[in-house]
Amino acid sequence: MTTTSDAPLLAVDHLRTVFRLADGRDAAAVDDVSFHIRKGETLGLVGESGSGKSVTALSIIRLVQPPGRITGGRLLFDGRDLMTLGEEDMRRVRGRRIGFVFQEPMVALNPVYTLGSQITETLMVHDLARGAAGMKRAVELLEAVRIPDPARRAREYPHQLSGGLRQRAMLALALAAEPSLLIADEPTTALDVTVQAEVLDLLRDLRKMFGLSLLLITHDLGVVAEMADRVAVMYCGRIVEQGPVAEVLGGSTSLTTGPAHPYTRGLLASVPDGRSGTRLVAIPGTVPALGRVGAGCAFAPRCGDRFDPCTTAVPDLTPLGPGRDVRCYLHSPAPTNPGGGR
Amino acid sequence: MSTPLVEVRNLVKEFSTRGGWFRRSAPVRAVDDVSFTIQTGETLGLVGESGSGKTTTGRCLLRLVEPTSGDIRFKDLDVRALSASELRKARRHFQIVFQDPYSSLNPRMRVGSIVEEPLIIHRIGTKDERRARVRHLFELVGLDPDAGPKYPHEFSGGQRQRIGVARALALEPSLIVCDEPVSALDVSVQAQVVNLLLDLQKRLGLTYLFIAHDLRLVRQICDRVAVMYRGRLVEVARAEAIFTSPAHPYTKALLSAIPSMKPGDRLERIPFDAAAFDPRPLKEIAPDHLAAI
Repeated sequence: MTTTSDAPLLAVDHLRTVFRLADGRDAAAVDDVSFHIRKGETLGLVGESGSGKSVTALSIIRLVQPPGRITGGRLLFDGRDLMTLGEEDMRRVRGRRIGFVFQEPMVALNPVYTLGSQITETLMVHDLARGAAGMKRAVELLEAVRIPDPARRAREYPHQLSGGLRQRAMLALALAAEPSLLIADEPTTALDVTVQAEVLDLLRDLRKMFGLSLLLITHDLGVVAEMADRVAVMYCGRIVEQGPVAEVLGGSTSLTTGPAHPYTRGLLASVPDGRSGTRLVAIPGTVPALGRVGAGCAFAPRCGDRFDPCTTAVPDLTPLGPGRDVRCYLHSPAPTNPGGGR
Repeated sequence: MSTPLVEVRNLVKEFSTRGGWFRRSAPVRAVDDVSFTIQTGETLGLVGESGSGKTTTGRCLLRLVEPTSGDIRFKDLDVRALSASELRKARRHFQIVFQDPYSSLNPRMRVGSIVEEPLIIHRIGTKDERRARVRHLFELVGLDPDAGPKYPHEFSGGQRQRIGVARALALEPSLIVCDEPVSALDVSVQAQVVNLLLDLQKRLGLTYLFIAHDLRLVRQICDRVAVMYRGRLVEVARAEAIFTSPAHPYTKALLSAIPSMKPGDRLERIPFDAAAFDPRPLKEIAPDHLAAI
C-alpha cells in the first residue's frame, strides 16, 4: 500500500470465514480475501451464487451466524481493527459508520412500524436527533432518496410501498446515521430494469451528496461497469482478479487492459452481446458446492486454459500493474515443487 | 406470409380482487386486448416488467390460466373451444418450461419419473419404450442418460432446468412457452441453457414464446419481440428493429435502462411517465413493425 493521503477507509486483509459442514469439516466460504476501499470510492464485488461475496459483506460487519465463523484476517476500518472490537463497540460501527442495504428490503424493514418511526429510531439510537427534529430529518431523508410525497410516506408502513420505493426506504434508513461506508448487497437484483436504473442513478447521486464509499455486491457485470471505480471478481471464496473497472472489464484482452483471469473472461463472454442469431459463449460445468473444491485453482475443472500446475496448488495473487492483481498461473510462475508450497 | 403456428386475438384475462365489506370487487385486467402471431420455427420474445402480464399471457396461451375472452388458434385448433379432455390431448403439442428449476420439479419424484410422467399420462409406448425415450431425452438435453434414479436435489440449478426442458420435450411438442427459463440461474450457467434451447430449436424445429426481462438476451436469441406494459402490447417488431429503432416511449425507456457493458459509457436514460400512459391499439408504422402510438 502506498502512503498517499487518501489512505483506505476500509482495508480487508487475508480474511477467512469458514462454515462447519454437516460432516464436521470446516469449509472456507471466504478464503484469503484482501481488498481496500478509499474514501468516496466504489468497489464492485462480483461473483456467482456461492462465490462468497455476501459472506464477505457479513464478515466485514461481523454478522456471520453459526455454523459460520471468521477464523482469520484483519478488518481495518478508519484506522481501527474491527476484529478486535467488542460487540457493544461493533454495534456502534454498524449502522452508524457502516450502512448496509440488501437485495430484499422486506428483511431490513420492520413491517409493524411506519417508515418515519423506523428512521427516527435509528437517529435516536445513534444520538443524532429525537422527537420532532427526528421526524423532520426522516422526511428529509425520504426526500433525499426521491420518495415522492415524503411527509405522507413517512406515516406509511413498508407493505404500502412498491418494490422500488421499499429499496429507497431501505437506503434512507441505511443513510440516516450518515455512514461513511455503504455496503449494498445485490441492491437492484429484485427490481425491474427501469426501476434498477433509477435506483442506480440515485445511488450515484447519494454517493456524491454524502461523500460515501460504496461496496457494491452484484452478479451483474453491467451494474459494475456503470457504477464501480474498481472491481474484485470472486470465485469459490477467493478473489481471482481485481483492478480498475476500465482495465478489468475493458475491451481488449491484452495484459494491461481486459480481463486477465479465464473466469472473468468467461463471465464477460457469456453476457449476450446482442448479435442476433448467434450462440452464447458458455462456461462449461457448474460452480462447485462449498467443501467440494479440489486442490489447486477452484476454477481449474471448468477452465479451457488449464495446465499441469493448476490442479496442484492454489496460485498466489500476482500483481499485474498498479492496483491490479490476478490469481492465475497464466500470469505467475508455477510452483517449482507442486503441492509443497502451501 | 404462411399461416402462423399460433394466432392470438383480443386476448383478455381479468382477475377478480376481493372487495372489502363495503367495497365491490373490481376486476383487474392482467391481459388487456392482446393480439399476436408466432410463425412455425420462430422465437417470439415477450418482454416487460413484473406485473405487466407477460407470464399470464403465456399461461393463457396454454390455458393453464383460463382466459376471460379472446381467440387462441394453434394450427387449426380453436384452443378456447376445446373441452377438458380435448385440451389434455392437445397439450402434447404445446408445453412450458418454468422459471424456477428449484420449485417446478417434484422433490419426491425421481427425475426419470418426472420426465416419463407426461408419456404415461398420454399413454405413449410400453414401459420399455418409455424408459428408452427418457434416456434419449436425457442425452438430448446434455444429461447423463443413467441419471434417472436420482432426485432433483442431487442436481445443480442448470441441470434441473435441463430436466425441465427434457420433460417439456417428452411429447414432441411444436410450441414451448419458456417463462424466464434462465433468470434463476447463475450467469455462467445461463448461457449453457440458452444454447441448449437454441440447439434443440434447430434440431427439432421448435417454436418458442420466450418470456424474459433480460433484454440483451432477448435481442440475441429472438426473431421478433413483443413489448408489454400494464397488460397491453405496446410494440411488436423484428428484434433488430425494436433495439435499433424503438417507436413507443415505453420501449425507448426500457432500452435506455439497460446498463452498458462498457466502463465509463453511460447512456442517457429516457424516463417514462407512467401517469401519461395512453392505451392505444397497435398500428403498423413500418413493415413488420407495430406500435401503439
